[in-house]
Amino acid sequence: MELTKIKDFNELLSNISDSLNGKQREQLRDQIVKDIYSNAEVIADNNVSMQGEQTGIGEKIDDILTSKWLGFPIMLLMLGGVFWLTIVGANYPSAMLGEFLFWVEGHLSNLFMAVGAPNWLHGILVEGMYRTLAWVISVMLPPMAIFFPIFTLLEDLGYLPRVAFNLDNLFKKSGANGKQSLTMSMGFGCNAAGVIAARIIESPREKLLAILTNNFVPCNGRFPTLLILSMIFMGTVGGRGSSLLAAGIVVLLVLIGIAITLLVSWILSKTILKGIPSSFTLELPPYRKPQIGRVLVRSFIDRTLFVLWRAIVVAAPAGGIVWLLANNTIGGVSIIDYVANLIDPFATLIGLDGVILMAFILGLPANEIVLPILVMSYLSLGSMIEPDSADALRGILVNNGWTWVTALCTMLFSLLHFPCGTTILTIKKETNSWKWAIFGAVMPLTVAIIVTFLVNQIFTTLFL
Amino acid sequence: MGLTAKSSGLNLLRETFNLDVERNNPIIALAGNPNTGKSTVFNALTGLKQHTGNWPGKTVTQAQGYYENQGQEYTLVDLPGTYSLLASSTEEMVARDFICFAKPDATIVVADATNLERNLNLVLQVTELTDNVVLCLNLMDEAERKNIKIDIKGLEEELGIPVIPTIARDGIGLNDLKNMVTAIVNQDKQIKPVKVKYSPQIEAAVEELLPEIKNTLGELSEGLNLRWLALRLLEGDQTILDSMQNHYFRENLKGGVDCYGVD
Amino acid sequence: MLLTQLPLGVISEVVSLEAEGIKRRRLLDLGLIPGTQIIAKRRSPSGDPTAYLIRGTVIALRSEETNLIKVR
Ligand SMILES: Nc1nc2c(ncn2[C@@H]2O[C@H](COP(=O)(O)OP(=O)(O)OP(=O)(O)O)[C@@H](O)[C@H]2O)c(=O)[nH]1
Ligand SMILES: [Mg+2]
Repeated sequence: MELTKIKDFNELLSNISDSLNGKQREQLRDQIVKDIYSNAEVIADNNVSMQGEQTGIGEKIDDILTSKWLGFPIMLLMLGGVFWLTIVGANYPSAMLGEFLFWVEGHLSNLFMAVGAPNWLHGILVEGMYRTLAWVISVMLPPMAIFFPIFTLLEDLGYLPRVAFNLDNLFKKSGANGKQSLTMSMGFGCNAAGVIAARIIESPREKLLAILTNNFVPCNGRFPTLLILSMIFMGTVGGRGSSLLAAGIVVLLVLIGIAITLLVSWILSKTILKGIPSSFTLELPPYRKPQIGRVLVRSFIDRTLFVLWRAIVVAAPAGGIVWLLANNTIGGVSIIDYVANLIDPFATLIGLDGVILMAFILGLPANEIVLPILVMSYLSLGSMIEPDSADALRGILVNNGWTWVTALCTMLFSLLHFPCGTTILTIKKETNSWKWAIFGAVMPLTVAIIVTFLVNQIFTTLFL
Repeated sequence: MGLTAKSSGLNLLRETFNLDVERNNPIIALAGNPNTGKSTVFNALTGLKQHTGNWPGKTVTQAQGYYENQGQEYTLVDLPGTYSLLASSTEEMVARDFICFAKPDATIVVADATNLERNLNLVLQVTELTDNVVLCLNLMDEAERKNIKIDIKGLEEELGIPVIPTIARDGIGLNDLKNMVTAIVNQDKQIKPVKVKYSPQIEAAVEELLPEIKNTLGELSEGLNLRWLALRLLEGDQTILDSMQNHYFRENLKGGVDCYGVD
Repeated sequence: MLLTQLPLGVISEVVSLEAEGIKRRRLLDLGLIPGTQIIAKRRSPSGDPTAYLIRGTVIALRSEETNLIKVR
């Protein structure tokens, strides 16, 4: 009986609709909103007294941050500055941490020896799991511990909405929404978080665009890869000049990511996600003084340790598995070599090699393990170098045939390829469709292959 | 809270909002305009670490936490920030449906003291929906810095709800807030919000519609806020019908309980 | 005059909304009701969107929206 109620109710609604024409309905609605606001006005007027206008310093800051000539350069400078601080600041602690963790490893090995543990056990646990862990921690922790607090400070200050304000026109021209720059900012921390943040975009079409392209922002899992490779290939390690150059390269990569985001949004808006940009309304809140102490603590505990923990959970088992793959053979060749050889011809076309491509594929659960897997595979006995020396890493890569074009293609592939498994699942959850989740992985992969192929062909013919 | 037909029916309904009803806690909702400090209040009360940030739209998912006051545990729900409850976006619908159908035992509306008028617009819409509302007048430090003076007593009188000034970031005023919520839940504090006064044209249309709605719904209309419903029908809000179907009618059928509703 | 044409810094008043449907609702909910005071605060580097002070809050709107708002 109750089921019929809703029908009756609908009927009632349509009856009312019929009795009112569009204009009348609009007028009623307008009047309701207006009445509520006038009530609010009266109550506010009666109870609030304001002495002196608020001509805040905030307005002056906004005049500069969103000005015609300085708006964009300042954004670039901020981006570059944050990366530069991260690179410079992370260098030394990374080395220290690496040294310490590998000193611990030595003692672990001794312990295993002392209790007479079998070789394979030592291999999986120490050379596989522990080493990958040590690598992930020493490489990822310092940059994140610097990047996140700075970023959180900017966020708390209120800078992000200004970025969205500045960039909205670009997004509009590619059929997307300026709030997408907010979701992209979240993507720097974690693409899954960026995908969820897309809920702030009201139009379903634009929300989908933001979700599908979030991958083109390098999350913290891929960020260290970009940092390290640009440090060891684009500048010689150490020295101030090189850290500036490295920061410049990372900025350039991020800009490429943004350009591709806009391009892909534009293409999608013209094809499978046809539509015109809907409205854009964004509040620009007043600047607020961040609580620096709390921001530091919170961003370290909530973001840095949280992300690190996620990385550790994936990295340890992955390290074990890779050790097994590297130390078990098919017809005299380790499984890793076997697979790498199989995909090598294709990988070479796009400027990578079989091992690099395999590392990316194995890195699907979490992008942060790509580089450790890569190095571990190169040293096919399952022994990874000590991460305390970037020079040593450079040596290994160069010995395995890397040129700066390889590094460039690897960085581009890392920037573009596909989001991690968690993000793909999050896309499924947010869009409620496996179709979009799969598209969210295949589309970036296609883009990555096209871009690296072109870059590889052009640069090898031109320069090498 | 015994396991009467009423409360078990309500629990069924609350479960559809992913609320943990096993604990049998009073449910407290945090509503308010974007960027007014809801998550900051939420974190301060629950000790959780919902992300906060100085931009509107930081919170998009509904977060849940627990806090204790005067020996009773409460479930606190951090809703997305909205300018209105008139449901023109998903967030607004989420917030409205929660207040409408999960029937929180008390609703805290967090408002920006430096911008009262805009925030009152939402407060008035919430008090149209539910009586148990307390206004948390946050960002009082900013208001002071800008030389804005607010007559708390006068505001309480004109709104008909308790008003608690706070500086959530520094934890100031939050004890008063907790105690007020407890008083509301224990019904030590009776609240009769002053309702919005509409223009004659609207009032006449509502009067005309009320009997029709009563007729249509029959006994189901018991406990429903018919005036509010009439207003929504007048403005042709289709979403309220969908939401009623989802939360109200469906649960009515499934649970076979028919004595709860929106009030 | 359309809101789009309002010069920066000039105080004006909303006369009417030409928007329809959901767009109209959103603009109304932001407090853009006939009679509401509105000031254009600043334009984004490329000239669009523009930030307006509406009922104590600075809100950015695109020209698509401001073309649908009449002010005086
Ligand atoms: N000065 C001051 N700042 C505050 C206070 N409460 C919150 N804030 C700051 O205001 C900003 C917004 O706070 P949030 O708690 O994220 O606001 P919210 O209401 O949850 O925002 P949405 O989730 O976007 O709707 C943050 O930068 C807070 O640090 C306060 O009492 N005083
Ligand atoms: Mg929040």
